[in-house]
Parts: sequence; structure tokens; C-alpha cells
Amino acid sequence: MNKGLNMFTYLLKYYDQMLILLLEHLYLVCLSMLISLLLAIPVGLLIARSKWLSTAALSFFGVVYSIPSLALFSFLLPAFGLGKMTAIAVLVIYNQYILVRNTVTGFQSIDASIIEAGYGMGLSTKYMFFKIQLPLALPVILGGIRIATVSTIGIATIAAVIHAGGLGVLLFDGLRMNYLPKILWGTVLSSFLAYLANHILLSLETKAIEKSRGECRGDTV
Amino acid sequence: MARTAIEFRNVSKQYANTSQYAVAGVNMCISEGSFITILGTSGSGKTTLLKMVNRIYEATSGEILYFGEPIKNLKIEEYRRKIGYVIQQVGLFPHMTVEENIGTIPQILRWDTDTIAKRVDALLELVCLSPRDFKKRYPRQLSGGQQQRVGLARAMAADPDLMLMDEPFGAIDAITRQNLQEELIRIQRKLNKTILFVTHDVSEAFKLGDKVVIMHEGTIQQFDTPYGIIAKPANEYVARLIATQDIVQRLKVLKAQSVMLPVDPQVSDRAFRVGTEESLHNILTYFLEHDQNHVLVEDSGRSVVGKITWEQLKVSTRQGKILSA
Repeated sequence: MNKGLNMFTYLLKYYDQMLILLLEHLYLVCLSMLISLLLAIPVGLLIARSKWLSTAALSFFGVVYSIPSLALFSFLLPAFGLGKMTAIAVLVIYNQYILVRNTVTGFQSIDASIIEAGYGMGLSTKYMFFKIQLPLALPVILGGIRIATVSTIGIATIAAVIHAGGLGVLLFDGLRMNYLPKILWGTVLSSFLAYLANHILLSLETKAIEKSRGECRGDTV
Repeated sequence: MARTAIEFRNVSKQYANTSQYAVAGVNMCISEGSFITILGTSGSGKTTLLKMVNRIYEATSGEILYFGEPIKNLKIEEYRRKIGYVIQQVGLFPHMTVEENIGTIPQILRWDTDTIAKRVDALLELVCLSPRDFKKRYPRQLSGGQQQRVGLARAMAADPDLMLMDEPFGAIDAITRQNLQEELIRIQRKLNKTILFVTHDVSEAFKLGDKVVIMHEGTIQQFDTPYGIIAKPANEYVARLIATQDIVQRLKVLKAQSVMLPVDPQVSDRAFRVGTEESLHNILTYFLEHDQNHVLVEDSGRSVVGKITWEQLKVSTRQGKILSA
């Protein structure tokens, strides 16, 4: 009861700072997701053509993904210094594994007969990509984006350690000062953000799945 | 004289990292409007031969001509749009309705919406699917046979001169397959398309093809009418291949005129009459159902040109000597 009251009074007192940290966190997540996608989708497309190349690249990204985040933050500090640059770099690097893997899987899982029929009937490479392959690979790619976004929201809290701001500031300050309302608010806000992102992206994914399978509302078959 | 739709000139294909040729030095002319089946076991090169025509595979050497034009000189996408392509796994686009699937190429060719809609309806009716019931469905809402019907309709959307079909009925149950075969024959007679049809099924090849190409180890063993092949197998391989077909099946490709005995045209006989094109299979059926031991063969002018007796039919089924005589 007392703690609940503490949390409430903390909110009333510091809501402006909390809002800034929340927005900062969103900024970190959105920017690193954007950069990650701009890198991962073309890379995924490029390596999806070759079984050998995709296996090699995915093993590499897998190894990188297994490095603990604190280690990777400190590893990149000499290159990018303290602050948002390093944080975004780390988040982008982590995302590559999930996003590239799902892009590759998405395109490779399209039934080969669909591709053969498409080219065989005289569709251009561009038409095949935008009208056939992309819509069919989209559910898996969106699934990757969803998982990457949620994990980015989580890992971004650790970026506070290298002064990148965000909700991690609440968490780590709270830990250092042993002040529960701060810890709880940091946890609640980042969990809420992750939940919201997952929910929105999941509904997009479901729509993409329905579209790619040829299902529609009121479908009885 | 029909024009030559497709000509193979010393065409060979060797896949990377293999020492053998999948197709070796094929020469063949296919005239417009003919229904050619390509028959062979797996690994015979039949599919490779077919897929070189629409450049899914590129020939290693030699050239293929499309109405006299080397296909290498044609723009690949425009060329492929003139060819209907049907494969065993159908390859319908799962995220598009039947209507959108069939309309894909007409839409790319910028036909107007009304023309496309009418074309889709006409094609669905041609493949015996009701446009009203099927046009808005998605591929996964169709049975295997219905999917292949839509595949066929899609391949014919832009009214191609040539159809390439790679074991299109291979994954379909026997009864549906038989219906589809009969419908394909009907469609081909009606629209006079040139069809190249790959199959490993001897009866299918003989039933559908005006002429049959028999492939083995990358080369053509024989290219002849079904009757020509049964009457005179070119070599040991062909003889063995057609021997796998049961005798009743073989009777389906033999025509009355090929085995009939001469008769005195003056003799008027009450016996049952059949046309010169009637299959021996149907004549056998007649003998089995009626207490008769001969039928008369009449030409299109309804005058009697020969007769077939029960004895003659028995002799004829033992292919070879009599037929080639």
C-alpha cells in the first residue's frame, strides 16, 4: 500500500522526466530498428539466393548475437564513445541475426513451383519480387521485425550504462539508490512498451499471414 | 502444310558438375497445331527438353527456333508470355484469387478490365469450372484437380500459340486424371493449340499425342504416331517400353483401318459398321457385348472398305508382324 502510494507520488512529481526518458527510449528503438531493417532486408535478399552464403552469414550473425550486451557495449565504446551512437550500433548489430535470418527464411520458404510458374509465364523479376515473393515472405519477415523490436526494447535499457538515456536510466538509478518506485517504473514502462509493440506488430503479422494464404473474413473453408 | 512451331537443331544440355548430357543432340520439328507427348522414364531428359523451350533451362549447344526465329534472339519475358506453361505442382499464387491468377498476364499486357473479366469467365467455362462459384476463391479452397484446371486456364489466358505441359496430371487421382485428359483433348481439338506434353505414363502419352517422342538417356529413340510406334518400334528400348503397357490399353491406339481385311464391296452385310478411325478397343468391347464375330469398316462416305473379324482382332493384338506387314 505504502509502496503503491510511493509509485503514485513519484509519477506525479517526475512525470515530465519520465516522459522524456520514455520518448528517448522510443527514439533509440525506432532509429535502430529503421537502420537494422535498411541493412538486413537487402543483405537477406542477397544471401537468400545461395545456400552456402546464407548458412555462412547466419552462423556469423549467430555468433555475434551470442555476445552478452554489456560486453558488446564496452567493446564498441572505443569506436563510438559514450552515448547514443554506440547504443544504436549495438542494437543494430544484434538485430541483424533475427532480421536477416527471417528475411532469408521468408524468401527461401516460398514453394519453388510458384517461382517457376511465375517466371515460366513471363513475369519480370520486378513483378515477381513485389507482387509474388514479397507478399508471400512478408509474414515471416514481420515475425522477425516483431521479435527484433521486442528484444531491442529490452536491450536498449542496458544502453543507459553508457549514457545513451532511455528507460534504463530509471532502472539503473533506482538500483544504485536502492529506490523501489524508480526500479518499478522503469520495469513497468519498458514492459508496457514491449507489450504494445508486440501487440501491434502481431496484428500486422496476422493480417499478412491471412493475405499470403488467401484467407479472408467470413471464410468457411 | 502446317508451319513449324518449334524446331530443335542439334540441341544439347549438360548441367554443371555432371559429365553426362541430360539431352544430347536433339533434332526435331514440331508443326503448328500438333499435340506432341514426350515420353520417358525419370532421368531420360524429357523435362529438360521441354524446359529448354521456354528457357527455364538454357541449351548448352544447338538452337531452338520458334516459328523460324532463334529463341535466344527473342526478349525472354515477351517470348514466355506467348507460351502457356503448366507444371505438375501447378504453382498457383496462393495470395491471389482464381480470377487474379488467371488475369495475371492479361493485366500485364494491359488489357482493359472488362476484357479480362470476360476472358476469365470464358476460360473457367472452358475448363469446366463455374465462373460464379470459382472466380473469387483462393487456390487453397480448391481440390487438386480444380487447381490444375485453374492452372490450365491461367496458362491459356493470353491465348498462347504454344503450350508446354510438364506432367500436369501426375499428382492427380486416376479418375480426375482421365477427365482432365479428355478435356485437354477436347480443348486442343477446339483451339488447335500446339502442345508439348511431358509424361512418364505410357498410356497417357499414347492417348493424348498425335505423335509421341520417346526419350532415353538424353536422345530421341523414336518420334512417330502412336500407331507407328506400336507397329514398328524403332529399337529394343522402345519395344520394351511399350510392352509395359497392357494389351487392352494398346488396343486404344490402334485404329480399325490399320488392321482391317479387304472385302468385296458388293457384299451387303447386316453386320455392325464402324468408322475407319474407330479404336480396336471399342471394337473388342462390341464383340464382347454382342454375339457377333465380325464388323464392317466404312469410310466417311459410308461405303464399306473392309472388315474386322474376331480372329483378326486376336492376331492384331499380338503387335509386330501383322501390323507392319
